[in-house]
Amino acid sequence: MSSWAGPDEIFLSTSLAGFLDKKLIVLLRDGRKLLGTLCSFDQFANVVLQGACERVIVGELYCDVPLGLYVIRGENVVLIGELDREKDELPAHMTCVSEAEIRKAEKAEREARDLKGSMRKRMEFLDFD
Amino acid sequence: MDLSVFHRRNKSQVNEKDIIVTSNFATQLFFSYFKELVGKEVTVELKNDLAIRGTLHSVDQYLNIKLENTRVVDQDKYPHMLSVRNCFIRGSVVRYVLLPQDGVDIDILHDATRREARGG
Repeated sequence: MSSWAGPDEIFLSTSLAGFLDKKLIVLLRDGRKLLGTLCSFDQFANVVLQGACERVIVGELYCDVPLGLYVIRGENVVLIGELDREKDELPAHMTCVSEAEIRKAEKAEREARDLKGSMRKRMEFLDFD
Repeated sequence: MDLSVFHRRNKSQVNEKDIIVTSNFATQLFFSYFKELVGKEVTVELKNDLAIRGTLHSVDQYLNIKLENTRVVDQDKYPHMLSVRNCFIRGSVVRYVLLPQDGVDIDILHDATRREARGG
């Protein structure tokens, strides 16, 4: 994996060199999904993404929030996937919405989850399971 | 490390459906071991519960893994992974690697482990 590796070695090795200039999806440890073009990387999987955006998905809705040039510290990287241009990035039934709408949907989902949690807590004396 | 220890000398009876190996022990040995599995179909389960099945393309000293022809085991739950065919997985986030049934020869692995424990 030295920087002297020729083209063949790059594609045979675990190096990210084969992903340079490709459109990628980077999953982070906190569950976020970043999309962008790989500019640079190192042995820790620190990566630089050009034209990065965050793909926020709530149920059937999604939105790509533009972020710009991103440097991601390697320890936060879970997975780096190459997006196949031939294939649909998302299932056909999903709808692209504006950032405002996706934030609203996120908030609604969070509130629903919190409510569920608090209801469960209040009903705990019933000892169901 | 001598890789030849992993070449199949005799077929042992491995009856478990899948053999599970956690990935943070005796790195050199497991690095060599995973290199022997290149080209085989494996399932990698990550610490965030995402499980991905694919052909093992390559592995490195950190046990970072590259998979080809990947598909996510629970696709409906992870729609953003739909168009990912090749991926790089950081070794530090792997929980399990599920190997094919014929992917491990217990006797050879035992030998290699003892040799490693003695210091190569």
